[in-house]
This record gives sequence, structure tokens and C-alpha cells, in this order.
Amino acid sequence: MTTAPAPPRRSSATALRWKLRREAWGRTWAKFRANRAGMVGLAVLLVFAVIAVFAPLLADSHELRVSAASGPILAPPSRKYPLGTDDNGRSVLTLLIFGARVPLLVGLMATVISMVIGTIVGMASGISDGWAGTVLFRFTEWFIVIPFLPLALVLATLLGGSLLSIIVVIGITGWPATALVIRAQTFSVRERPFMERARVLGAGPWHLMSKHVFPNVLPLVFANTTLTVAGSVLAETTLSFLGFGDPTAVSWGTMLNAAFGTGAVSLGAWWALLPPGICVIVVVLAFTMAGQALEDIVNPRLKEGR
Amino acid sequence: MTSQSISTTPHVDGLVGPGFPHRRSRLAGRFSRRFVLTQFAGSAFALMFVIVVNFFLFRVINPHPERTLGRGKARTAEDLEEIRRRLGLDESMWIQFGKYLKQVFTGDFGVSFQYSKPVPELIAERVWPTLLLVLPATVLSIWLGSRLGSRQAWKHGGRFDRSTSVFATVMYSMPEWWLGLLLFMVFAANPVFGVFPIGGLHSPGVEPMSVEGVADTIWHLVLPTTTLTVTYLAEYSMIMRSSMLDVMGEDYLLTGRAKGLSDRQVLHRHALPNARLPLTTLIALNLAFTVGGAITIETVFSIPGLGLLTSEAMRIPDLPLLQALFLVFSAAVVVANMVANFIYALQDPRVKV
Repeated sequence: MTTAPAPPRRSSATALRWKLRREAWGRTWAKFRANRAGMVGLAVLLVFAVIAVFAPLLADSHELRVSAASGPILAPPSRKYPLGTDDNGRSVLTLLIFGARVPLLVGLMATVISMVIGTIVGMASGISDGWAGTVLFRFTEWFIVIPFLPLALVLATLLGGSLLSIIVVIGITGWPATALVIRAQTFSVRERPFMERARVLGAGPWHLMSKHVFPNVLPLVFANTTLTVAGSVLAETTLSFLGFGDPTAVSWGTMLNAAFGTGAVSLGAWWALLPPGICVIVVVLAFTMAGQALEDIVNPRLKEGR
Repeated sequence: MTSQSISTTPHVDGLVGPGFPHRRSRLAGRFSRRFVLTQFAGSAFALMFVIVVNFFLFRVINPHPERTLGRGKARTAEDLEEIRRRLGLDESMWIQFGKYLKQVFTGDFGVSFQYSKPVPELIAERVWPTLLLVLPATVLSIWLGSRLGSRQAWKHGGRFDRSTSVFATVMYSMPEWWLGLLLFMVFAANPVFGVFPIGGLHSPGVEPMSVEGVADTIWHLVLPTTTLTVTYLAEYSMIMRSSMLDVMGEDYLLTGRAKGLSDRQVLHRHALPNARLPLTTLIALNLAFTVGGAITIETVFSIPGLGLLTSEAMRIPDLPLLQALFLVFSAAVVVANMVANFIYALQDPRVKV
């Protein structure tokens, strides 16, 4: 069977396109695998994802309830409580495991919002020559200049502190950097011959964007997504540290907020401060390393210098 | 001396000595009227947009501020109506917008709920601690960051480069307030190592304007300034390193060496001035993040500046104060950004000014 020549496919154009795409992804994956920092980042992320998803299997969620907490208050690490207890007598390890869910969920969901806005604004401002493109570009630039934290705080104050509003706040403040990257890429795609061909054949702006520009900026969107998640996780942690977000939901940020607010830090309870902080750093670092590896692959020009 | 791969980047023709931007006159008269006008118009436009957005944030996203404000106290419909009237919310949107514009241009932002003080007075009081914290941290981090980055790049791949690059990447991923908490726990709250004060700007009973008082204030600012400096330094060093690596591939460095300049001369006269250019842009962009750092670090170290005021105002929420603070922060960043553009133009002779 294997020696026989492959029979001609019926929908050859579509099949060919999918084959090319599969091959392109295969090449990207092969390059990614060769990048050690990227693979380390990816492995770390998988570990944290597994912890977040299977949290109820790893720890008892009943221990999260303040009323059910049975441990001593702010006790240092012991055999029963490997990472000590917090100011309510809850196990820090349990909090840490369940606390992974909110930052990762908020980070990913907010990034989806940022990516959609950033990609659309970036492509639109890159493809249109007229005033619309200029206005969008100026708007993006303006958004970059506006200080993120005050804007996010104002939005969070006005929208209230639910999980959804935190996602929205981080999502709609985190898109401009992506928009600039996508705009630059759109500019370079715009000048390629196939775009001229499509234009001559009568393609409208929507067709050009969806069929020609979008597939070409997509790899860059992915690389940027990974980097944006890092920023979103940091933003979520900072907002919950400052007292935003659902006070009943456990996250690394609210753990740190409690450690600071209730005086655990002043009392030298390092087990309330170090574990959540180190987790944040490791996750952000992992997303950054994976994102930079992807960026090096899809945009080799940036490679030197890193 | 590691030999660099020679970049094939062509020289831009007609450059006035790419290695010697600082040789050019730095007189302000260099700027053409067009450049100055564009800069001012751009900033004015950005400011106007900030003003409009600020209005819409507080009026459209939250159409019923009286409910937020009356939390706990105002329960009856009459109470809510009273608050609406006092805030002028019963009028049409356009009249409200007109009144708001008048407020902005006369600097009258009403009275803070929390402090029962005029908002501008409150902001004027609190601006100095923030400047005392942010300015030294910014200057120090730029200075140290560019030194670190250029040293890393000059001997790139070496042990110093590798270890400090890891350090910079980790710092870059660290929330600055977490580092603040860590330093606070070890060097302020700890009974053994806690040599620094646990917060505030002045010790009780010390006259702030005396010699002793100044030393006391500096003492209070050591930990917060260190925190901000270390965090920002990481980013500046990363940019400086990559910019320096770009410059090191340029032909004019080879020319410099070929004509017998020492390593130091090549570094200081040819490489550094050009490598510094991207840093200026980054500083401008970073100012937006510096404001965020001020908010979190002032909260951690209880420094009575604009940042602490912000985090207090949003807990209440003290809407008039919050609205004014957002405006102040954004305006400060827009203006600083414009200044950075002028400095960039002075540094880079390729920018048409």
C-alpha cells in the first residue's frame, strides 16, 4: 500500500492549504522544542495548569472556609501544615493550590479580550490609509501613554469587584502593545505581491483582512498572547493585592493582600509572603520565556540581542 | 575582546557623524517651529482626550454614583435624590459635561468625601512625597540600568552577563510591591535586621525642615526608593543591553578600532551615545508604569503621597478625588512624554526637528 502513489485528492486546494498549515505548525513546534528556555517555560506552565485544574483532588476545598479552619493562627511550617497557616488558621499550601485558579483564569480570559481588540485595531489601522487608520493609531498611542494602574483602578472601582469585571478591566487596558505589533506586521504584509493581486481581483477591505492579512499576522498574535498573559497575571495579582476582586475567591493576590493587611508581614510570617509571591514570579517568568521563544521563531529579526 | 559579527546594515547617508550626536549644538533654538507645534498640538490633543474620557468614565460607566456613595448611609429614595442634586446628576449630560469642563479649567474639583477638603488642596499637599519617591528612583534606575546593560552587552556571554541577565529577567517578572513587602519584612519589621522605619515619611517629633528632619526623611525613603529602583533597573538594563548589542554590530565601531582608539574610547564615544537612544523612548513609555509603582509602593510603605491617596480614595470610593487624581496622573505622563520626545530629538540628529 505504501509504495503506491498517493491518489489525487478531490478538494486539492483546501487539502493543500491544510497540509501547508500543518507543516508550518510542525516546523514551529520543532524550532520551539529546540529552544530550552521556551520548553522550560512550557513545562512549568503545564504543571501549574494541572494544579489549577485538579486543585480539588490535590487539596480539600472545605479547608478554604474560614469557619472550617482548624489550624493554629499564623503557625510556621510543620508536618501537618507544610507551608504553615494564615491569619485564619487555614493551610497556606491549600490556599496556594486553589489560589492558582483565579490568576490563570483571569490572565487567560483577559488576554483573549486584549488579543481580539488588539488584533482588530492593529489590522484596521495598518490596512487603511485614510483618516480612520490615523485615528486608530493615535488612539492606540494615547492608550499606551495613559497610566495603566490608575485607569484599571478607576474602572474596577466603577464596575465593581466581581471576577468578570476584573477580567474586563484587565482585558480592555492590555491591548495597545499588541495593536502596535500587529499594525507593524500588517504594514509589511500589505506591500507583498499577493495583496496587490487580491486587490486587483477586486477584494474589499474585509476580504483582505480576513483572508490575507489575518493568516499572516496570526503567528505573531500567538507569540504576543503568551507575553500578554504574563502581564495580565501580574495585573490581576496587583489589583487583588490592592483590595479588588472577589474577596471570597482565593487567589495569590488576595493571599498577599491578607498577609499585608492583617500584619502577617509585620510579624515576620514569611510563609504567608514567600509562597504566593514566588508562584506569581514563576508563572509570569514561564509565560515570558515561552512567549519570547515563540517570538524568536515567528520574528527572527528580533533574535539577536536577546 | 570578542570579535563582533559585522552587521551589513547600511549607513544612512548624509548622517552627521553617527558616532557623535553629542557634538551637535544642544541649543533649544535647534527646534523648528513645526516640530515644536506638532509636539504641543499632539500633547494638547492627548490631554483633551484624557479630559473627555475622564468624564465618560465617571458618568457613563457608572450612571448611578449616588448608589455607590450612599452605601451604608443613604437608604431612602430622598437621600439618594439629595445626593444626586448635590452632585448635579439630575441635569442633562451636556450641562454636566459643561460644568465638568469648567471644573477642569478652573481647577475646582469639589470636595473630597473622605477628607472634607477641597480636592486641589489635598493633591497639592500630597504631591511632594510622591515626587521625592519617584524622581530619585527614576534617575537612579536609568543611570544604573544603562550602566548594567551596556556592561552586559560589552562582554556579552560572559559570566557577569549571564548572571545579571537572569537577575534582570526575574526582577522583570516580579511585582514591585512584592519586593517592597519582602524588604519591609526583612529590613523594617524584623527585630534583628529591621534598621529602617516601618512606614511614613517622618518620625514623630522631628521637625521635617531641620537638618535632622531631612536626614530622617531620607532614612524613611531608603527602602521604598530601593524597591522601585531595583524593579525599574531591570527593564532599563534589558533594553540597554539589546540596544548596545545592535550598536556593536555597526561598522563605525570597527572604524573606531581601526583608527587605533582604545576599547574605552570606542565604548564611550561611539557605542554608548547611540545605544542610549532607545532608552529615551522607553523612559517616556515607562512613566505610565512609574505611576503604578508609586501607587503600590506608597501603599506598602504608607508614604502619604498621591499613590496612597489613590488607593485610599478607591476604597471609599471617593469619586471627586479619584477623578482628579486620574487626570493629574495622565496629564503628568502626557507632559513628561512630550519632554522625552524633545530630549530624544536633541540626542538623535537623525530626527528632523
